[in-house]
Amino acid sequence: MADDVKFKVSIDGIPVEVAPGTTILNAARQIGGDIVPPAMCYYSKLEGSGGKCRTCLVKVSKGSEKDPRPMPKLVASCRTTVMDGMEVLNITSPEVVEARKGVVEILLLNHPLDCPICDQAGECKLQDLGYEHGSAATRYEFERRTFEKIDIGDKIQLHMTRCILCYRCVYTADQITNQRVHGVLGRGDASEISTYIEKAIDNDFSGNIIDVCPVGALTDKTFRFKNRVWFTKPVDAHRDCPTCSGKVTLWYKGEEVLRVTARKDVYGEVEEFICNTCRFDKKATVDWVIDGPRHIENTSVISANHYELPAPPPVIKKNLRLQEANKEQLERAVKL
Amino acid sequence: MQSLSNRKKVLEQKPLNFWERIYLPAVFKGLTITLRHFFKRIPTIKYPEQKRPYSKNFRGQHSLKRDEQGRERCTACGLCALSCPAEAITMISAERKKGEEILYREEKYAAVYEINMLRCIFCGLCEEACPKEAIYLDGPHVQPEYLRKDFIYGKDKLVEPKFEIND
Repeated sequence: MADDVKFKVSIDGIPVEVAPGTTILNAARQIGGDIVPPAMCYYSKLEGSGGKCRTCLVKVSKGSEKDPRPMPKLVASCRTTVMDGMEVLNITSPEVVEARKGVVEILLLNHPLDCPICDQAGECKLQDLGYEHGSAATRYEFERRTFEKIDIGDKIQLHMTRCILCYRCVYTADQITNQRVHGVLGRGDASEISTYIEKAIDNDFSGNIIDVCPVGALTDKTFRFKNRVWFTKPVDAHRDCPTCSGKVTLWYKGEEVLRVTARKDVYGEVEEFICNTCRFDKKATVDWVIDGPRHIENTSVISANHYELPAPPPVIKKNLRLQEANKEQLERAVKL
Repeated sequence: MQSLSNRKKVLEQKPLNFWERIYLPAVFKGLTITLRHFFKRIPTIKYPEQKRPYSKNFRGQHSLKRDEQGRERCTACGLCALSCPAEAITMISAERKKGEEILYREEKYAAVYEINMLRCIFCGLCEEACPKEAIYLDGPHVQPEYLRKDFIYGKDKLVEPKFEIND
Protein backbone atom coordinates (compact mmCIF):
# COMPACT_ATOMS: atom_id res chain seq x y z
CA MET A 1 0.00 0.00 0.00
CA ALA A 2 1.29 3.42 -0.85
CA ASP A 3 2.56 5.55 1.99
CA ASP A 4 0.41 8.58 1.29
CA VAL A 5 -2.89 6.66 1.59
CA LYS A 6 -4.95 8.10 4.42
CA PHE A 7 -8.02 6.50 5.91
CA LYS A 8 -11.00 8.69 6.68
CA VAL A 9 -12.47 7.81 10.04
CA SER A 10 -15.07 9.52 12.17
CA ILE A 11 -15.10 9.22 15.93
CA ASP A 12 -18.23 10.49 17.64
CA GLY A 13 -18.98 12.32 14.42
CA ILE A 14 -15.62 14.11 14.29
CA PRO A 15 -13.77 13.25 11.06
CA VAL A 16 -10.04 12.60 11.06
CA GLU A 17 -7.58 11.27 8.48
CA VAL A 18 -5.06 8.77 9.75
CA ALA A 19 -2.45 6.46 8.27
CA PRO A 20 -3.46 2.81 7.71
CA GLY A 21 -2.57 0.58 10.63
CA THR A 22 -3.41 3.22 13.23
CA THR A 23 -5.55 1.96 16.07
CA ILE A 24 -8.90 3.60 16.86
CA LEU A 25 -7.45 4.81 20.16
CA ASN A 26 -4.57 6.59 18.47
CA ALA A 27 -6.90 8.07 15.87
CA ALA A 28 -9.01 9.45 18.73
CA ARG A 29 -5.87 10.81 20.38
CA GLN A 30 -5.12 12.71 17.17
CA ILE A 31 -8.44 14.51 17.66
CA GLY A 32 -8.01 14.81 21.42
CA GLY A 33 -10.47 16.04 24.01
CA ASP A 34 -13.29 14.17 25.68
CA ILE A 35 -13.75 11.60 22.94
CA VAL A 36 -10.44 9.83 23.66
CA PRO A 37 -11.26 6.46 25.23
CA PRO A 38 -9.57 5.97 28.59
CA ALA A 39 -6.87 3.31 28.71
CA MET A 40 -5.48 1.51 31.72
CA CYS A 41 -3.22 -1.08 30.09
CA TYR A 42 -2.34 0.45 26.73
CA TYR A 43 0.89 2.46 26.78
CA SER A 44 2.04 4.07 23.56
CA LYS A 45 5.73 3.71 24.49
CA LEU A 46 5.44 -0.01 25.14
CA GLU A 47 5.17 -2.41 22.24
CA GLY A 48 2.47 -5.06 22.57
CA SER A 49 0.68 -3.38 25.46
CA GLY A 50 -3.08 -3.07 25.43
CA GLY A 51 -6.08 -5.31 25.04
CA LYS A 52 -6.24 -6.41 28.66
CA CYS A 53 -8.23 -3.97 30.72
CA ARG A 54 -11.17 -3.37 28.30
CA THR A 55 -11.73 0.22 29.47
CA CYS A 56 -11.14 1.53 25.96
CA LEU A 57 -14.17 -0.32 24.53
CA VAL A 58 -15.89 1.52 21.67
CA LYS A 59 -18.77 0.78 19.34
CA VAL A 60 -18.05 0.53 15.63
CA SER A 61 -21.31 1.53 13.96
CA LYS A 62 -19.93 1.21 10.43
CA GLY A 63 -17.11 -1.20 9.67
CA SER A 64 -15.70 0.45 6.56
CA GLU A 65 -16.68 2.05 3.26
CA LYS A 66 -16.69 -1.32 1.48
CA ASP A 67 -18.40 -3.26 4.24
CA PRO A 68 -20.68 -0.87 6.12
CA ARG A 69 -22.03 -3.47 8.54
CA PRO A 70 -21.43 -2.57 12.19
CA MET A 71 -19.14 -4.76 14.26
CA PRO A 72 -21.26 -7.21 16.26
CA LYS A 73 -19.69 -6.47 19.65
CA LEU A 74 -17.92 -3.59 21.31
CA VAL A 75 -14.23 -3.63 20.38
CA ALA A 76 -11.11 -2.69 22.32
CA SER A 77 -9.99 0.49 20.58
CA CYS A 78 -6.33 0.08 21.52
CA ARG A 79 -6.08 -3.17 19.53
CA THR A 80 -8.46 -2.52 16.63
CA THR A 81 -6.99 -0.80 13.59
CA VAL A 82 -9.02 1.64 11.55
CA MET A 83 -10.54 0.95 8.13
CA ASP A 84 -11.39 3.52 5.49
CA GLY A 85 -14.75 5.11 6.22
CA MET A 86 -15.07 3.60 9.67
CA GLU A 87 -17.50 5.23 12.05
CA VAL A 88 -16.81 4.87 15.74
CA LEU A 89 -19.00 5.84 18.67
CA ASN A 90 -17.41 6.41 22.04
CA ILE A 91 -19.09 8.78 24.49
CA THR A 92 -22.12 9.31 22.26
CA SER A 93 -23.11 5.66 22.57
CA PRO A 94 -25.01 4.77 25.77
CA GLU A 95 -24.03 1.14 25.22
CA VAL A 96 -20.32 2.03 25.49
CA VAL A 97 -20.83 4.18 28.58
CA GLU A 98 -22.77 1.37 30.23
CA ALA A 99 -20.16 -1.25 29.29
CA ARG A 100 -17.35 0.95 30.59
CA LYS A 101 -19.17 1.37 33.86
CA GLY A 102 -19.25 -2.41 34.15
CA VAL A 103 -15.56 -2.67 33.31
CA VAL A 104 -14.70 -0.17 36.02
CA GLU A 105 -16.75 -2.11 38.52
CA ILE A 106 -14.88 -5.29 37.62
CA LEU A 107 -11.49 -3.57 37.81
CA LEU A 108 -12.45 -2.39 41.28
CA LEU A 109 -13.59 -5.85 42.46
CA ASN A 110 -10.31 -6.68 44.13
CA HIS A 111 -8.88 -3.19 44.35
CA PRO A 112 -8.71 -2.07 47.97
CA LEU A 113 -10.35 1.19 49.01
CA ASP A 114 -7.20 2.59 50.58
CA CYS A 115 -6.82 5.77 48.55
CA PRO A 116 -6.30 7.79 51.77
CA ILE A 117 -3.15 5.74 52.39
CA CYS A 118 -2.00 5.11 48.83
CA ASP A 119 0.81 7.29 47.49
CA GLN A 120 -0.64 7.18 43.99
CA ALA A 121 -3.84 8.97 45.03
CA GLY A 122 -4.21 12.19 43.09
CA GLU A 123 -2.46 10.90 39.99
CA CYS A 124 -4.11 7.49 39.86
CA LYS A 125 -5.74 6.52 36.57
CA LEU A 126 -8.13 4.13 38.28
CA GLN A 127 -9.27 6.89 40.63
CA ASP A 128 -10.06 9.14 37.65
CA LEU A 129 -11.82 6.31 35.87
CA GLY A 130 -13.85 5.36 38.92
CA TYR A 131 -14.82 8.98 39.44
CA GLU A 132 -15.89 9.48 35.85
CA HIS A 133 -17.52 6.19 34.98
CA GLY A 134 -18.01 4.05 38.03
CA SER A 135 -20.84 3.84 40.46
CA ALA A 136 -20.34 4.64 44.12
CA ALA A 137 -20.96 1.14 45.43
CA THR A 138 -19.81 -2.35 44.53
CA ARG A 139 -22.07 -5.40 44.21
CA TYR A 140 -19.21 -7.77 45.08
CA GLU A 141 -19.92 -9.64 48.29
CA PHE A 142 -16.77 -11.69 48.76
CA GLU A 143 -13.42 -11.02 50.41
CA ARG A 144 -11.05 -9.00 48.28
CA ARG A 145 -7.80 -10.79 47.57
CA THR A 146 -4.87 -9.60 49.65
CA PHE A 147 -1.12 -10.09 49.40
CA GLU A 148 1.88 -9.29 51.50
CA LYS A 149 3.91 -6.27 50.38
CA ILE A 150 7.02 -7.22 48.43
CA ASP A 151 10.21 -5.19 48.02
CA ILE A 152 11.54 -5.20 44.47
CA GLY A 153 15.05 -4.02 45.15
CA ASP A 154 15.48 -1.50 47.93
CA LYS A 155 13.79 1.41 46.15
CA ILE A 156 10.59 -0.06 44.73
CA GLN A 157 7.69 -1.55 46.61
CA LEU A 158 5.15 -3.89 45.06
CA HIS A 159 1.77 -3.91 46.72
CA MET A 160 0.05 -6.70 44.80
CA THR A 161 -3.31 -6.04 46.50
CA ARG A 162 -3.69 -2.86 44.46
CA CYS A 163 -2.59 -4.38 41.13
CA ILE A 164 -5.10 -4.53 38.28
CA LEU A 165 -2.86 -6.80 36.13
CA CYS A 166 -2.38 -4.38 33.24
CA TYR A 167 1.01 -5.95 32.42
CA ARG A 168 2.56 -2.53 31.72
CA CYS A 169 5.41 -3.09 34.17
CA VAL A 170 6.11 -6.51 32.67
CA TYR A 171 6.41 -4.99 29.20
CA THR A 172 8.62 -2.23 30.59
CA ALA A 173 10.94 -4.72 32.18
CA ASP A 174 10.99 -6.71 28.95
CA GLN A 175 11.58 -3.84 26.57
CA ILE A 176 13.49 -1.17 28.46
CA THR A 177 15.88 -3.63 30.02
CA ASN A 178 17.71 -6.35 28.19
CA GLN A 179 16.78 -9.32 30.31
CA ARG A 180 13.44 -10.45 31.58
CA VAL A 181 13.37 -9.97 35.29
CA HIS A 182 9.77 -10.11 36.38
CA GLY A 183 6.51 -11.43 35.09
CA VAL A 184 3.03 -12.61 35.93
CA LEU A 185 2.73 -15.85 37.88
CA GLY A 186 -0.42 -17.89 38.36
CA ARG A 187 -3.64 -17.83 36.39
CA GLY A 188 -6.95 -16.04 36.60
CA ASP A 189 -7.84 -14.79 40.01
CA ALA A 190 -4.59 -16.15 41.43
CA SER A 191 -2.30 -14.31 39.02
CA GLU A 192 0.20 -11.85 40.42
CA ILE A 193 3.21 -9.79 39.41
CA SER A 194 6.34 -11.36 40.79
CA THR A 195 10.08 -11.47 40.33
CA TYR A 196 10.67 -15.22 40.80
CA ILE A 197 11.70 -15.80 44.41
CA GLU A 198 11.57 -12.04 44.97
CA LYS A 199 14.88 -11.64 43.19
CA ALA A 200 15.87 -8.01 43.26
CA ILE A 201 15.70 -6.19 39.97
CA ASP A 202 19.05 -4.49 39.53
CA ASN A 203 18.78 -2.62 36.30
CA ASP A 204 19.44 1.04 35.57
CA PHE A 205 15.93 1.59 34.29
CA SER A 206 13.91 -0.53 36.71
CA GLY A 207 12.44 2.58 38.37
CA ASN A 208 10.30 3.22 35.31
CA ILE A 209 7.90 0.49 36.37
CA ILE A 210 6.77 2.97 39.05
CA ASP A 211 5.84 5.52 36.41
CA VAL A 212 4.03 3.12 34.09
CA CYS A 213 1.90 1.61 36.85
CA PRO A 214 -1.57 3.16 36.47
CA VAL A 215 -2.45 2.38 40.10
CA GLY A 216 -0.48 2.39 43.33
CA ALA A 217 0.78 -1.18 43.07
CA LEU A 218 4.34 -0.17 42.29
CA THR A 219 5.48 2.77 44.36
CA ASP A 220 8.67 4.63 45.10
CA LYS A 221 9.97 3.62 48.52
CA THR A 222 11.98 6.81 48.81
CA PHE A 223 8.71 8.78 48.55
CA ARG A 224 6.63 6.39 50.63
CA PHE A 225 4.24 8.39 52.83
CA LYS A 226 6.44 11.49 52.51
CA ASN A 227 3.61 13.69 51.34
CA ARG A 228 0.47 13.75 49.28
CA VAL A 229 1.13 14.53 45.62
CA TRP A 230 -1.21 17.52 45.64
CA PHE A 231 0.82 19.25 48.33
CA THR A 232 3.99 18.97 46.26
CA LYS A 233 4.90 21.32 43.46
CA PRO A 234 6.01 19.88 40.13
CA VAL A 235 8.93 21.60 38.40
CA ASP A 236 10.51 20.56 35.12
CA ALA A 237 14.26 20.08 35.26
CA HIS A 238 17.04 18.40 33.33
CA ARG A 239 20.58 17.26 33.91
CA ASP A 240 23.40 15.89 31.83
CA CYS A 241 22.90 12.20 32.43
CA PRO A 242 25.17 9.63 30.72
CA THR A 243 22.55 6.85 30.74
CA CYS A 244 19.23 8.58 30.01
CA SER A 245 17.83 11.82 28.59
CA GLY A 246 17.84 13.39 32.04
CA LYS A 247 14.56 15.21 31.46
CA VAL A 248 12.48 14.86 34.59
CA THR A 249 9.87 16.46 36.82
CA LEU A 250 10.95 17.32 40.34
CA TRP A 251 8.25 17.32 42.99
CA TYR A 252 9.07 19.98 45.54
CA LYS A 253 7.76 20.55 49.03
CA GLY A 254 9.25 23.84 50.09
CA GLU A 255 12.99 23.68 49.34
CA GLU A 256 13.15 19.92 49.37
CA VAL A 257 12.82 17.58 46.38
CA LEU A 258 10.61 14.77 47.60
CA ARG A 259 10.38 12.78 44.42
CA VAL A 260 11.74 12.64 40.88
CA THR A 261 9.59 11.24 38.08
CA ALA A 262 9.67 11.21 34.32
CA ARG A 263 7.63 13.88 32.55
CA LYS A 264 4.15 12.63 31.83
CA ASP A 265 1.91 13.73 28.96
CA VAL A 266 -1.85 14.34 29.01
CA TYR A 267 -2.54 10.61 28.94
CA GLY A 268 -0.28 9.99 31.93
CA GLU A 269 2.35 8.31 29.78
CA VAL A 270 5.99 9.21 30.26
CA GLU A 271 7.64 11.24 27.52
CA GLU A 272 11.04 9.68 28.04
CA PHE A 273 12.13 6.92 30.38
CA ILE A 274 14.66 7.98 33.00
CA CYS A 275 17.36 6.03 34.78
CA ASN A 276 17.50 5.07 38.42
CA THR A 277 20.35 7.46 39.23
CA CYS A 278 18.18 10.40 38.20
CA ARG A 279 15.12 9.02 39.94
CA PHE A 280 16.47 7.87 43.28
CA ASP A 281 19.88 9.43 43.89
CA LYS A 282 19.71 13.00 42.63
CA LYS A 283 17.39 14.67 45.09
CA ALA A 284 19.08 18.03 45.54
CA THR A 285 18.32 21.18 43.58
CA VAL A 286 22.05 21.62 42.80
CA ASP A 287 22.02 18.44 40.70
CA TRP A 288 19.46 19.89 38.29
CA VAL A 289 18.94 22.72 35.85
CA ILE A 290 15.42 24.03 36.42
CA ASP A 291 13.30 24.50 33.29
CA GLY A 292 10.28 26.04 35.01
CA PRO A 293 7.06 25.01 36.70
CA ARG A 294 5.19 22.14 35.12
CA HIS A 295 1.74 22.94 33.83
CA ILE A 296 -0.93 20.84 35.54
CA GLU A 297 -4.40 20.42 34.09
CA ASN A 298 -6.84 22.37 36.20
CA THR A 299 -9.03 19.27 36.39
CA SER A 300 -6.31 17.53 38.39
CA VAL A 301 -6.25 17.72 42.16
CA ILE A 302 -2.53 18.50 41.95
CA SER A 303 -3.41 21.94 40.60
CA ALA A 304 -5.26 22.78 43.84
CA ASN A 305 -3.56 25.71 45.56
CA HIS A 306 -0.94 25.94 42.81
CA TYR A 307 -1.36 29.43 41.54
CA GLU A 308 -0.38 30.42 38.05
CA LEU A 309 -0.28 34.02 36.93
CA PRO A 310 -3.61 35.14 35.51
CA ALA A 311 -3.76 35.68 31.79
CA PRO A 312 -5.08 39.18 31.07
CA PRO A 313 -8.69 39.06 29.88
CA PRO A 314 -9.24 39.65 26.16
CA VAL A 315 -10.67 43.11 26.76
CA ILE A 316 -7.28 44.22 28.13
CA LYS A 317 -5.37 42.48 25.35
CA LYS A 318 -7.19 44.52 22.70
CA ASN A 319 -7.16 47.93 24.34
CA LEU A 320 -3.86 49.81 24.55
CA ARG A 321 -5.14 52.26 27.13
CA LEU A 322 -6.21 49.44 29.44
CA GLN A 323 -2.85 47.77 28.95
CA GLU A 324 -1.12 50.95 30.01
CA ALA A 325 -3.41 51.31 33.03
CA ASN A 326 -2.78 47.72 34.17
CA LYS A 327 0.92 47.78 33.39
CA GLU A 328 2.03 47.27 36.96
CA GLN A 329 -0.32 44.33 37.45
CA LEU A 330 0.66 42.60 34.23
CA GLU A 331 4.40 42.93 34.71
CA ARG A 332 4.42 41.69 38.26
CA ALA A 333 6.20 38.38 38.56
CA VAL A 334 4.31 37.01 41.57
CA LYS A 335 0.64 36.81 42.30
CA LEU A 336 -0.15 38.53 45.56
CA MET B 1 -34.42 71.63 46.65
CA GLN B 2 -37.56 69.57 46.39
CA SER B 3 -37.24 66.09 47.82
CA LEU B 4 -37.63 63.17 45.44
CA SER B 5 -39.84 61.13 47.76
CA ASN B 6 -42.07 63.98 48.96
CA ARG B 7 -41.75 62.54 52.44
CA LYS B 8 -39.22 65.00 53.77
CA LYS B 9 -40.18 66.54 57.13
CA VAL B 10 -38.89 69.95 58.09
CA LEU B 11 -38.24 70.05 61.82
CA GLU B 12 -39.21 73.23 63.54
CA GLN B 13 -37.04 74.46 66.40
CA LYS B 14 -39.47 76.04 68.89
CA PRO B 15 -38.24 77.89 72.00
CA LEU B 16 -38.52 75.77 75.22
CA ASN B 17 -41.46 76.46 77.55
CA PHE B 18 -41.19 76.80 81.39
CA TRP B 19 -41.39 73.03 82.27
CA GLU B 20 -38.99 72.13 79.62
CA ARG B 21 -36.60 74.85 80.80
CA ILE B 22 -36.33 73.50 84.38
CA TYR B 23 -35.52 69.92 82.99
CA LEU B 24 -36.84 68.16 86.16
CA PRO B 25 -39.83 66.33 84.55
CA ALA B 26 -37.51 64.90 81.88
CA VAL B 27 -34.97 63.82 84.53
CA PHE B 28 -37.66 62.00 86.56
CA LYS B 29 -39.07 60.39 83.44
CA GLY B 30 -35.67 58.95 82.63
CA LEU B 31 -35.13 57.73 86.20
CA THR B 32 -38.46 55.88 86.21
CA ILE B 33 -37.43 53.99 83.07
CA THR B 34 -34.17 52.98 84.76
CA LEU B 35 -36.02 51.98 87.93
CA ARG B 36 -38.49 49.87 86.02
CA HIS B 37 -35.62 47.73 84.67
CA PHE B 38 -34.58 46.73 88.22
CA PHE B 39 -37.72 44.60 88.45
CA LYS B 40 -37.47 42.98 85.00
CA ARG B 41 -35.88 39.61 84.13
CA ILE B 42 -32.10 39.96 83.54
CA PRO B 43 -31.24 38.78 80.00
CA THR B 44 -27.45 38.67 80.57
CA ILE B 45 -25.98 35.26 81.37
CA LYS B 46 -22.67 34.72 83.15
CA TYR B 47 -20.55 32.98 80.48
CA PRO B 48 -18.47 30.79 80.92
CA GLU B 49 -19.98 29.57 84.25
CA GLN B 50 -23.39 29.58 82.66
CA LYS B 51 -23.99 28.53 79.05
CA ARG B 52 -26.84 28.99 76.66
CA PRO B 53 -28.13 25.85 74.96
CA TYR B 54 -26.17 25.22 71.77
CA SER B 55 -27.54 24.10 68.46
CA LYS B 56 -26.84 20.45 67.67
CA ASN B 57 -24.81 21.35 64.60
CA PHE B 58 -22.71 23.98 66.36
CA ARG B 59 -19.14 23.82 65.09
CA GLY B 60 -16.48 24.47 67.71
CA GLN B 61 -12.97 23.24 68.31
CA HIS B 62 -11.84 20.20 66.30
CA SER B 63 -11.17 16.84 67.82
CA LEU B 64 -9.39 13.89 66.24
CA LYS B 65 -11.40 10.79 66.97
CA ARG B 66 -10.44 7.33 68.09
CA ASP B 67 -12.13 4.13 66.97
CA GLU B 68 -13.88 1.62 69.22
CA GLN B 69 -10.52 0.05 70.15
CA GLY B 70 -9.01 3.38 71.11
CA ARG B 71 -6.80 3.70 68.03
CA GLU B 72 -6.41 6.99 66.20
CA ARG B 73 -8.59 7.04 63.12
CA CYS B 74 -6.65 9.69 61.18
CA THR B 75 -4.53 8.29 58.37
CA ALA B 76 -3.01 11.61 57.25
CA CYS B 77 -4.59 11.46 53.80
CA GLY B 78 -4.53 15.25 53.58
CA LEU B 79 -8.07 15.69 52.31
CA CYS B 80 -8.96 17.98 55.24
CA ALA B 81 -5.99 20.19 54.46
CA LEU B 82 -6.91 20.13 50.78
CA SER B 83 -10.50 21.13 51.40
CA CYS B 84 -9.64 23.79 53.98
CA PRO B 85 -10.41 27.18 52.41
CA ALA B 86 -8.34 28.99 55.03
CA GLU B 87 -5.35 26.63 54.66
CA ALA B 88 -5.28 26.18 58.42
CA ILE B 89 -4.37 22.48 58.56
CA THR B 90 -0.91 20.96 58.12
CA MET B 91 0.29 17.45 58.79
CA ILE B 92 3.27 15.17 58.50
CA SER B 93 2.56 11.51 57.97
CA ALA B 94 4.53 8.52 59.13
CA GLU B 95 4.41 4.78 58.60
CA ARG B 96 3.10 2.59 61.39
CA LYS B 97 5.76 0.30 62.83
CA LYS B 98 5.24 -3.25 64.02
CA GLY B 99 3.72 -3.21 67.50
CA GLU B 100 1.96 0.11 67.01
CA GLU B 101 -1.24 -1.52 65.77
CA ILE B 102 -2.94 -0.69 69.06
CA LEU B 103 -2.18 3.00 68.59
CA TYR B 104 -3.06 3.65 64.95
CA ARG B 105 -5.84 2.22 62.88
CA GLU B 106 -4.23 2.38 59.42
CA GLU B 107 -0.71 1.65 58.22
CA LYS B 108 -0.07 5.36 57.83
CA TYR B 109 -0.77 7.91 60.54
CA ALA B 110 -0.31 11.60 61.24
CA ALA B 111 2.89 12.06 63.20
CA VAL B 112 2.25 15.81 63.35
CA TYR B 113 -1.18 17.32 62.90
CA GLU B 114 -1.59 21.04 63.41
CA ILE B 115 -4.53 23.37 63.05
CA ASN B 116 -4.04 27.10 63.23
CA MET B 117 -7.12 28.21 65.13
CA LEU B 118 -6.58 31.81 64.10
CA ARG B 119 -6.84 30.86 60.44
CA CYS B 120 -9.70 28.40 60.89
CA ILE B 121 -13.11 29.75 59.96
CA PHE B 122 -15.02 26.76 61.39
CA CYS B 123 -16.74 26.01 58.10
CA GLY B 124 -16.70 22.26 58.70
CA LEU B 125 -15.38 21.30 55.26
CA CYS B 126 -12.60 19.21 56.85
CA GLU B 127 -15.24 17.21 58.68
CA GLU B 128 -17.08 16.67 55.42
CA ALA B 129 -13.94 15.73 53.46
CA CYS B 130 -12.65 13.19 55.97
CA PRO B 131 -12.98 9.65 54.54
CA LYS B 132 -12.14 8.03 57.88
CA GLU B 133 -14.58 9.94 60.12
CA ALA B 134 -11.59 11.09 62.09
CA ILE B 135 -12.17 14.81 62.54
CA TYR B 136 -15.22 16.47 64.03
CA LEU B 137 -15.79 20.07 65.08
CA ASP B 138 -17.68 19.04 68.19
CA GLY B 139 -15.71 20.89 70.86
CA PRO B 140 -16.40 24.12 72.71
CA HIS B 141 -15.26 27.56 71.64
CA VAL B 142 -11.50 27.90 71.23
CA GLN B 143 -9.95 29.19 74.44
CA PRO B 144 -8.41 32.66 74.40
CA GLU B 145 -4.63 32.87 74.63
CA TYR B 146 -2.07 35.63 75.03
CA LEU B 147 0.33 34.57 72.26
CA ARG B 148 -0.45 33.87 68.64
CA LYS B 149 1.76 30.77 68.63
CA ASP B 150 -0.45 29.18 71.26
CA PHE B 151 -3.32 29.09 68.79
CA ILE B 152 -1.53 26.50 66.66
CA TYR B 153 -3.05 23.37 68.12
CA GLY B 154 -1.09 20.15 67.85
CA LYS B 155 -2.08 16.56 68.41
CA ASP B 156 -1.78 17.02 72.20
CA LYS B 157 -4.81 19.31 72.15
CA LEU B 158 -6.71 17.82 69.22
CA VAL B 159 -6.73 14.05 69.77
CA GLU B 160 -9.58 13.10 72.03
CA PRO B 161 -8.66 11.34 75.28
CA LYS B 162 -9.00 7.57 75.47
CA PHE B 163 -12.36 6.39 76.59
CA GLU B 164 -13.97 3.17 77.75
CA ILE B 165 -17.01 1.82 75.97
CA ASN B 166 -19.59 0.53 78.45
CA ASP B 167 -22.41 -1.40 76.89
